[in-house]
Order: sequence, then C-alpha cells, then structure tokens
Amino acid sequence: MSSLWSRLEPLLARVRKPARYIGCEDGAASPQHGHGKVAWLLAYPDVYEVGLPNQGLQILYEILNERPDAVAERTYAPWVDLEALMRERGIPLFSVDTHRSADEFDILAFNLSAELVYTNVLNMIDLAGSPVRAADRRPSDPLVIIGGHAAFNPEPMADFIDCAVLGEGEEVIGEITEIVREWKASGRTEGSRQAVLRELSKVPGVYVPSMYEVAYDGDRLVGITPAFSDVPELVTKRTVSDLGQWQYPKRPLAPLTEVVHDRLAVEVFRGCTRGCRFCQAGMITRPVRERPAEQVRTMITEGLKRTGYNEVSLTSLSTADFSGIESVVTSVVPDPTACGAPTVSLPSLRVDAFTVGLAAKVASGRRSGLTFAPEAGTWRLRTVINKLITEEDLYGAVESAFSAGWSRMKLYFLTGLPTETDVDTEGIVELAAGCVSIGKKYTNRASVTVSVGGFVPKAHTPFQWFGQNGVPELRRKIGLVREAAGRAKGVHVKWHDPAATLAEGIASRGDRRVGAVIERVWREGGVFQEWSEFFVLDRWLDAMAAEGLSSDWFVTRHRDENEVFPWHHLSAGLHHDFLWQDWRSALAEAGLEDCRWTPCYDCGVCTGDGLEHIVASPVAPAGGSQGTGQNLALGGSVPISLRPKMVVTS
Amino acid sequence: MKARISYSKLGKIRFTGHRDVARIWERSLRKAEVPVAMSTGFTPRLKMAFGLALPTGAESLVELLDVTFADDSGVGTDEFDEIARRIDTSLPVGMAVTGIRECAPSEASLQEDVVATTWVMAIDASDVGDRIDRINQSNEVWLERERKGETRRDDIRAGILHLGLLAPEHSDVLPSRWLGESRGVVIEAVLTTAGRGIRPTELVEALVPGCEPWNHLTRVLRINQWIERDGERVDVLSARPAHPQVCA
Repeated sequence: MSSLWSRLEPLLARVRKPARYIGCEDGAASPQHGHGKVAWLLAYPDVYEVGLPNQGLQILYEILNERPDAVAERTYAPWVDLEALMRERGIPLFSVDTHRSADEFDILAFNLSAELVYTNVLNMIDLAGSPVRAADRRPSDPLVIIGGHAAFNPEPMADFIDCAVLGEGEEVIGEITEIVREWKASGRTEGSRQAVLRELSKVPGVYVPSMYEVAYDGDRLVGITPAFSDVPELVTKRTVSDLGQWQYPKRPLAPLTEVVHDRLAVEVFRGCTRGCRFCQAGMITRPVRERPAEQVRTMITEGLKRTGYNEVSLTSLSTADFSGIESVVTSVVPDPTACGAPTVSLPSLRVDAFTVGLAAKVASGRRSGLTFAPEAGTWRLRTVINKLITEEDLYGAVESAFSAGWSRMKLYFLTGLPTETDVDTEGIVELAAGCVSIGKKYTNRASVTVSVGGFVPKAHTPFQWFGQNGVPELRRKIGLVREAAGRAKGVHVKWHDPAATLAEGIASRGDRRVGAVIERVWREGGVFQEWSEFFVLDRWLDAMAAEGLSSDWFVTRHRDENEVFPWHHLSAGLHHDFLWQDWRSALAEAGLEDCRWTPCYDCGVCTGDGLEHIVASPVAPAGGSQGTGQNLALGGSVPISLRPKMVVTS
Repeated sequence: MKARISYSKLGKIRFTGHRDVARIWERSLRKAEVPVAMSTGFTPRLKMAFGLALPTGAESLVELLDVTFADDSGVGTDEFDEIARRIDTSLPVGMAVTGIRECAPSEASLQEDVVATTWVMAIDASDVGDRIDRINQSNEVWLERERKGETRRDDIRAGILHLGLLAPEHSDVLPSRWLGESRGVVIEAVLTTAGRGIRPTELVEALVPGCEPWNHLTRVLRINQWIERDGERVDVLSARPAHPQVCA
C-alpha cells in the first residue's frame, strides 16, 4: 500500500497543468484504507478540469467516505503527455487523493455523462493494470462499474464492464459495498468473481451484462435474456424519493486550479417533466423532486463559507421551474459581506421574460451574454419536439434581456430532428435575425450567436425510433444555416462537427457488437474523442468496417414499433406504450403538457415506482406560455386550474 | 490601509501556477472573512497585488502580495496578527503566512521594487561544480531564450549576482525534509529580476548546455527576495540587510 507520489513527482514539472494530479482540494477527504473496508476508486473519464466539478461523483465520494465499511478516492483521465510518461515508466493509474495505485482498489467506478468518453474508460482500465475485457479479469482485479446517463444503454460497453448502475447512486452504492465487503472477507477465491457478480445482479438497479444472453437474427437483435433464473429479466433504475434527505455534497470540492464550472453548485431539483422529446436527461431522471428551499439556502450559505467561492450555480434541468427560485435568489443576492456579494448563476434558462427578470436580478458586473435554447426554428417543429415555446416567448425574453443591458445572446438549436424540413432549418436564422432586430433598438452591438448541434436520438426517449441524419445531411443543413446567416446581419453561427455526431450515434445507439468497435478505436490511439484535436471519424468507420458492422444499420435506420432495442431489458420507468404514443404524437405535431401542473398522462415513472412529483408550488411558475400553447401575459401569474398532482411541505 | 504579506508555498501545491495562486488567495481571503477592498468597474475584484510570479513547479519560502483593506473596515496594524492567523487557517495545505506588515501608499509595487531573488536548486547532472566555476570565471554567458514568443540571444552573466554550491550555513533555512527529498547537487544562486530577469530554468540551461531543464532540475526553492534601499540590497519584507555572502 504505497503512494506512487515519489515516482510521479519528478514527472509533473514536465507536463501541462500538473495541478491536475496533486489533489489537495478544499473538501477532499483523508481516506483511511483498512481491513474490512471496500475501497472505491471513483473515476471520471475525462481531464480533471472537466471531471472535478461533476456533482454525482462528489456526492458518492462523500457518502462512501462517511461509511465505516467503505473508503473512496478519485481519479481522472491523465492527459496524453503524462500518460506517455506513465506508460514509459510502468506507473499505473493513480488516485489524486493519496496517489494510490488503481489496482489497490476493489471497485473502479466510472461516471459516464456522455458516450464519446468510452475509449477513455478502456484506456483507464488498461492503465489500472486490469484486462480491458471483463471476461479476462481475475479475482484480484477491481470490479469495473459504470453509472451516469450513458449507462442507460450500457450494451456497447458490456464486454468491458462488470456492472452498470441505472439511475441515482446514493442508496445503491451502500448495497454494492455490502456485497463486495463480504466477497473481500471471503478471500476472493478463484471463481468467486462470477458468484459476486451474480449476487450484484440481484440488487435493484444493478445490471450485470455477463449474466445475460444476447440473441441475433442476422443483423437484427432479437433478445437479451437472463442466463440464470434468479437474474432479473428487467433492470429498473434507482431513484431517490426525497432529495431533502440527501443534503450532499456537504463538503463541496474547491479545486486549487481552474476547472470548467469554477463555482459552488447547489442542486435545486432532479427530474424534469417539460417533456422535450429529444431530451434523454428529462426522460430518465423523472419524477421531479425539488429540494426544500430552506435546505437550498443552507447549502448555499454553508457552501460559500466553506469554499470561499463568491458564485453559486443553482443546478437542475430547468432552474427557473424551481418553486422557491425567487425567494432563494432574493435571499442570496443582497448580502454584501466582506469581499463582495456572492453572485448567482442560473444555467438551463427557460425561454421567457420572467426568467430573464430573474437573471437580471442575479447578474452582476458586465452583462455580456445570455443563452437560450429554443432548439428548433419553427413553432411546428417545436411542437414535434415538444419544446413548447412560442415566438412571443422567445422575443419577449430577448426584449427583456436587451432592455436589461445584455448585448449578446446565444441560441442553441438542434438540427436533424424528426420531420425537419428546410423551412425549419432556415427558420433558425429567421428567429435569430428577429432577435437581432429587437436588440438593435437597444444597442448597436447587439449580436446573436446561433449554436447548432446534430441530433442523436437517445435511448429511453420518444425519439428512439427515429433514424439519425447522416453526416452529409447534417452538413447540408448546417450549410443552409450558415448561408442564411451570411445574409442576416449580426447573426453568427457555430456548429458541432457532424462527424462527431455520427460517432456519438454509434456509441449511444449500438448494441453489444459495437464494443469491439470501441476497443479498436481505443487500440488505434483514439482517446479523448470529445476533444476535436483527437477525434478522427475514420477511426470509427474503419473499426465498424473491420467488425463488419454498418453505421446505417445502427445510426441512420428508422426503427419500427417491433424493434428490440439494445436497452430493451433496462428500464428508466417509462412505459414502452407511453414512449411509442409520444413518438406518434410527435409525428402528428401534437404537444404534451407538463404533468407537474396538469393531469397525469401515466408515463410510468411515478406509478411504477410508487413515487410522486415533489413540487412546492401547486401553480406553474410565472411567465411564458408554459407549454399551454397560449399566449399568457409575460411575467404574470399563470391561470392554472388543473388538478395539482403533487405534494409538498417542508 | 494596505498590508504586505509574505507566505510560503511548499510541497505538492508547487504544481499550481501563478493564476491558480491568485484564485486560491481570493478564496482564502473570503473564507477568512478579511475585509478586502474591491476594485471598481464592471467586474469588481479583490484589491490584491502579487509580486513576481513563481514558476509552476518551484517552491518558495518568500512569496509576496499586497492586500488593500476596505476603507470602512477600520482595520489597524494591531489586528494584523489576528488577520494573518485567520488567513493562515484558510490557506490550503502547503501554503502558510510567514509575515505581515503595513505597506505605505508611497511604496513601490512589488513588481517594480524587487531587484533579485535567491534560489536553492537541486540539479541532477554531472559536472555542475565545474560549470559553476566556469560561469563565475567568465565575463559573459550567452543563452538563447524565449520571451513573448520570440527567441533571442542574451548575455545573462551580469544578471547572475551569485552562484555557488549551497552554503552550509544556509541549509538550516530549508524546510526540514527538503534536502532529503531532492536529488542532485544543491546549489544557490542570486538572480536578477530586473529587465528580462533570469529564470531558474535558464540558469540550468547555462549549467547543463542543451538540456531540457526540468529533466535535471529536480527541485527549486526561492528563499529570498531583495529590494534596494540606499544602495544596499535588503530583504523585501523586513527590510533587513542581506546576508553579506548571499548579497555578494
């Protein structure tokens, strides 16, 4: 049990940003390993600056370290310069807390928030000194577990992982710890690895790919079924019913070096029932569970004091929807203590004037840019994707923003959406140009940047049946946007590389056969695929060809109702019928209201899990058309009369 | 009221950069609830002015910054010890406050005032002793170095104010395990910071021609910073005269 620090130390002055590897953050635990403790190495498969702010990882780190029978440390993907030096000298993957070798941990647990990081997962397993294929691992090798949003289609990673955990980890990590603790105590004898995996497969929310058999009929996947009678046919995600009982992180990590979200983060709610059909996060994290406003305040006050940050980000999938948003924001803002008043940042802004008013309240200093996500260029297409914001909502929001002193807007759009025509695509620029002309009333510097990303239909969403647009079609559409923007003054365009969108489609829509492709891409040196400087589409296409797989089959093909998806045996709680019906509604251009304030349409999540939405307000938040399709008075209260479904209190 | 604060930076935290350290100070002053004045403008910042940047990877016993207290805070010098203690508790492991004194408004900024710094360096290479002798005996030492993206050839000899093996009487200023953990020949140098000052890595290149400095510089520690008063080189914080030998 020795620290690798003395071997790493001489290398660090030779690599870029060595502070990535030293640990020592405010809030870091002092992990005490010992007999009878299960050692978790929580891994984020991207660089430190991207991984450190990850809230899921921080929460599990803290909960595990509070347990007497567990200890948790953290690791991030070493940048290529250090990796080369490590491989040259035979230095394994290490934790940043005590610089302990990864092979001294019982569990190597990856947080996967996106799919293009898969090759980094393989690289880190390999750096840890473990065989990358789960079947080759010995009893002494760590158990490799994945969690996070991408784990909802773990099949492409099935050959490399021992388990995938679906949903929220707060409770299930304890159950896993207990099983692994006993396995450890029993001495991890030869052959016992299969036995512990069999035990783990019975834990709700835990999926053990090696306990399932996959059947194909030609190219077609026809079934994924348990190999043993005591292994569940359907694995359903885990959900924490009351966020108020999980006040984590209590000791947020404040890094010594700059990271991507360099501020305190306080999660105000989980789940989202706005029902945007393209949005995997909104579908798989239901139901909505708000944190009590009082607890939010406590977490802000204590977090700022503990970290010394003067900025807090209130996180969720749509923060303006939080019932307590105004009172929380008002209580934080006018509190100028020593060293200046803290500022609040609101990511995931809803598109309406009320939200902008809120943003104006919290913004300090230069009002440079504000971001909205209309996602589609016409009302018709927005009804298809169920992003029910009207032009009036957007223009109202933009008008408020320019009049409140902002001069630049950023608008996020998806292209390659179901039923999208060139009218919709060009509508993106028309909307942006409309925003610019509103802005010109207030400032000559008014400009709007349009950011266009290619749409990848994700698992467990109503759009899972849709065939993704191919690279040429996405290029053509981005070309249309650029061309139109060239004629519109003040509209700038940024776009995501369609080649990366295709690779993301392969990794996120693939079945178990895609694992061999991921392994090939990794072996050919394809790490850090989210970084454009390292991404090469041909590596993916060559690997697909070498494995005899077609990207048309996996990515661009439309599926019919009878399609057996690679995630067929995994459930985010959503009924198949609901998703299919919602897909039909999308094609019929019919919107679906937010069930927090309208009657339940039985998507399956609440009923299946005995859960309820926990929302502190029986009325929808003020502002915008709120998915009603009506042109409601901006900023006023919303005349909601429908049966409030939720419960509230404390 | 402005205070000049000195602090040390030792151990793992030496791998943070100058910008990181500025952010660490910002957060630590807030954690310590020190009433620091804010700059005016669109993005108000804490009024702090840092001394010369310490290269990433180098340690120091004497880093410096000036902190201006808010006018309405009424902070007086009698509170300095208490403030220093609070800051010290808030700083991360590896950083510690080592001194604090009032800084008169008339005093020049650290960046303008400091003329030289003393470095202790562990260099893992052969013939370092001989190279030291040769540099000490020559009148010029030419080196190609980069400044602002341009490569230029400079004579750095005049900027090497002192160069020698670590003087035994100086080894007691070093952190307790420093010598034990440092590989190679331990030398001591006083290098100018005026004009295009000399960096420790540049001295290593002069000592080990054609090398990649961080492959040989196993440890480097700044042990003093000097200003000039009445023609004499004095310690920047205490303003006490330099040790005669170091000053040579």
